[in-house]
Amino acid sequence: MATKMEDLGGIGTRIHRKEDDRFLRGRGRYLDDIKLPGMLHLELLRSPHAHARIRSIDTSRARALPGVVAVITGQDLAAHKLAWMPTLSGDTQAVLATDKVRFQGQEVAAVVATSPYIAKDAVQFIEVDYEVLPAVVDPRRALEPGAPVIRDDKPGQTTNHIYHWEAGDREATDRAFREADRVVTLETHYPRCHPAPLECCGCIADVNPATGKATIHMTTQAPHAVRTVFALVTGYPEHQIRIVSPDIGGGFGNKVPVYPGYVVATAASLLLGRPVKWVEDRTGNLISTGYARDFHMRGELALQGDRIVGLRVKVLGDHGAFYADAQPTKFKIGLFHIVSGSYDIPAAFCEADGAYTNKAPGGVAYRCSFRVTEASFLIERLVQTAAYELGLDPAEFRRRNFIRADQFPYRSAFGWVYDSGDYHRALDLALEKLDYARWRREQAEARRQGRLLGIGLASFTEIVGAGPSHTFDILGLKMFDSAELRVHPTGKAVLKLGTRTQGQGHETTFAQIVASELGIPARDVEVQEGDTDHTPYGLGTYASRSTPTSGAATAVVARRLRDKARRIAAHLLEVSEQDLEWEPGRFYVRGAPSRGKTIQEVALAAYTNFPAGMEPGLEDVCYYDPPNMTFPFGTYAVVVEVDRGTGQWKPLRVVAVDDCGVRINPTIVEGQIMGGLCEGYGIAAMELITFDEAGNCIGANFTDYLLPTAWETPRFELYETVTPSPHHPLGAKGVGESATVGSPAAYVNAVIDALAHAGIRNIDMPLTPDRVRAALEQAGLAE
Amino acid sequence: MDRTITVTVNGQPRTATVEPRLLLVHFLREVLDLTGTHVGCDTTSCGACTVLLDGLPVKSCTLFAVQADGRAVTTVEGLARDRELHPIQQGFKEEHGLQCGFCTPGMMLAAKALLDEIPDPTEEQIRWALSGNICRCTGYQNIVKAVRWAARRLGSQPAVGGR
Repeated sequence: MATKMEDLGGIGTRIHRKEDDRFLRGRGRYLDDIKLPGMLHLELLRSPHAHARIRSIDTSRARALPGVVAVITGQDLAAHKLAWMPTLSGDTQAVLATDKVRFQGQEVAAVVATSPYIAKDAVQFIEVDYEVLPAVVDPRRALEPGAPVIRDDKPGQTTNHIYHWEAGDREATDRAFREADRVVTLETHYPRCHPAPLECCGCIADVNPATGKATIHMTTQAPHAVRTVFALVTGYPEHQIRIVSPDIGGGFGNKVPVYPGYVVATAASLLLGRPVKWVEDRTGNLISTGYARDFHMRGELALQGDRIVGLRVKVLGDHGAFYADAQPTKFKIGLFHIVSGSYDIPAAFCEADGAYTNKAPGGVAYRCSFRVTEASFLIERLVQTAAYELGLDPAEFRRRNFIRADQFPYRSAFGWVYDSGDYHRALDLALEKLDYARWRREQAEARRQGRLLGIGLASFTEIVGAGPSHTFDILGLKMFDSAELRVHPTGKAVLKLGTRTQGQGHETTFAQIVASELGIPARDVEVQEGDTDHTPYGLGTYASRSTPTSGAATAVVARRLRDKARRIAAHLLEVSEQDLEWEPGRFYVRGAPSRGKTIQEVALAAYTNFPAGMEPGLEDVCYYDPPNMTFPFGTYAVVVEVDRGTGQWKPLRVVAVDDCGVRINPTIVEGQIMGGLCEGYGIAAMELITFDEAGNCIGANFTDYLLPTAWETPRFELYETVTPSPHHPLGAKGVGESATVGSPAAYVNAVIDALAHAGIRNIDMPLTPDRVRAALEQAGLAE
Repeated sequence: MDRTITVTVNGQPRTATVEPRLLLVHFLREVLDLTGTHVGCDTTSCGACTVLLDGLPVKSCTLFAVQADGRAVTTVEGLARDRELHPIQQGFKEEHGLQCGFCTPGMMLAAKALLDEIPDPTEEQIRWALSGNICRCTGYQNIVKAVRWAARRLGSQPAVGGR
């Protein structure tokens, strides 16, 4: 008889994670856990200056240290045309500096030694003669005439301006603003923050001198793309490159780019014929690898009565010394033009300029789909500001301007086609679960008692699952993804994906898709990822794309195998295919349910007793090119109390309603949402990488770059609505980033709401006590 | 000058000759091949390297191996008894208290130190006890639930793998 979905561990069931046991026993295999025979250790020397010309580098003392095998400088790499490498945004980035250093922490030289301790000792013996140059750390200053030109290495680059980019309809938007009866403006800075996965980045490059095969174990979220990039940059034959991404200790976007350390370690292994390990320390991670955000934004809403009729946005992006944003080729600021958010806005226009500064490059999406976070933050802050100006409740103002459920699929003013949504339902559920009306009364009562309560909402819409090949590529590689499913003769299966989990639970959820589609219990499906020699090509895991792309590919490939299994079952049962019915795990003859074949019996027959003329075996591969993006959404509602003396604020309630379509493993989905709500709280409250005038990075370790612990992190209350994606085979949308995207605005809106009656409209993140205290003083509310 | 030390690790005396500057975490990971203890920062901030030294939680990136000479260290590899997970490990699995797994060993050892001292802690006590350990994935809520699960299990049966 049919196996129940609970027994199979299919879609919608809360099975335990298959990957947990090895992590719980300390038997995970992260990059730094791997040791190879004869392995050497690499350490990087980093620049102490933000901007300086390199006059000379003397490596002789470092070379003389016992245990040092090699010292590598930019000049050594230049001899092999490897001193510079391309970035993911079409710019170039220094691997090891040859002419100048352009940010504090930039990679200048490398030591390879027999132990990491000796390598660390030796970098201190490298003597670099620097001519210190004036640094510029503010992108507005960087664009002023006479500012020091950072990228004088680039022919024709005479300023620090990188790009100008526009989206939407300028003319129609200007018209909407001319005809508006009210314009609401908000200027804010989304600060530079850092994904800071708990495991830092690293690699072990192992170039076998006998075979020429380059095996590179690497903390990467996108192993296949990295392989191709390595082949294109070095000219090394791609079939001789194998990227292996082992267990990853968190990524959050930080492990998408190719970093200089990877390139130097590979060059060193090639040169020395031995494996070379490079593992950065935390300061190296925070000071040099992919930061996030750092957008100066100005948003305006044109209003007619209580309706938004136009949106105009101007962005200045601070990209650091190299324009190295990890984003689809076609877009200069990622998918920022989702900035109209959840609202039915007839006219919208966005323009952006990018500037070089003497800061680290990166611009990765920190648990976000290519600048969706900045966009969502801006519009959700703007609508609250507009509600105050109109004297309307922010919830009611949202309700009046939402895209209605009957408008989907909905084409936004920027041209995105939102697949599905029901924003009113998510908002109403959040307000009901929070008991919004009661908290508004409490707020008024508290104010009479001299206490400051604030209620903040964010009704976000994301755009994830990049993406359809007509629009999305990275360095020309189309952003499909893949699944290869092999069912063995005994009915056990291996599923190989082009993505790479970093904690998202792929080994469980993707097995659950196979369980639902093919009736093979999830425990009998092993999911493999991360090894480019043994998995099909794909663009990797970021931007909440794994379920929308590889998840869809898994469903499609499983359905193909089910079709083949049906033909085999018909052969075994000596009936026509049309006479067979399917129930999870079994075909049976219509009208004679006791006559049937399980998927395991069919799998055996695929290798032992298949119909004449049929190809043997039960395996296939699918490369899935999604027809559209998916658009997860939800409403977060936060209540805070602000201390009028210290400026500290504390969330009292955090209610989250998420709609990510169909949930494959609800427990894993909820885990991802809570993680995002925590990171969103950190961004709103404390996470900040900043710089002094000389370009010294403040935020280069965990005593300066603050992350929330269990103590500060609020309790979360989670609810859901389910609006399936109409184009995804499973109706799923992706969820890994919703809460990081949506929640910062909810926290900030809550703090602003506590002060809004006294005229406060903005405090830039992070909302540290000193910044809130300054606003309290400005509003006359300080105690 | 190198020194010969003997550290009782997960109940087994382990002797090795080490540089005095060798950090305890590197002794465990590199000398003894116990790679379940992780390094997440250099500033005693993140707690990924937490182990128990004579039963008390310490950050093994901030101790020298020689400081553990003659003392007892418990690492994540010492939690399970044979195939059977320790109730704390089981709690993390039951309550989905881990995602990428990198902070998990340190988090579980900090939790063990708490439960050894306070068998039935409140949520506040759990959050305070774990506040030296950073997790970037879970948002902590399920970690708190995992510790409570373990407390209930440890309270309802004779200690498994406990002190």
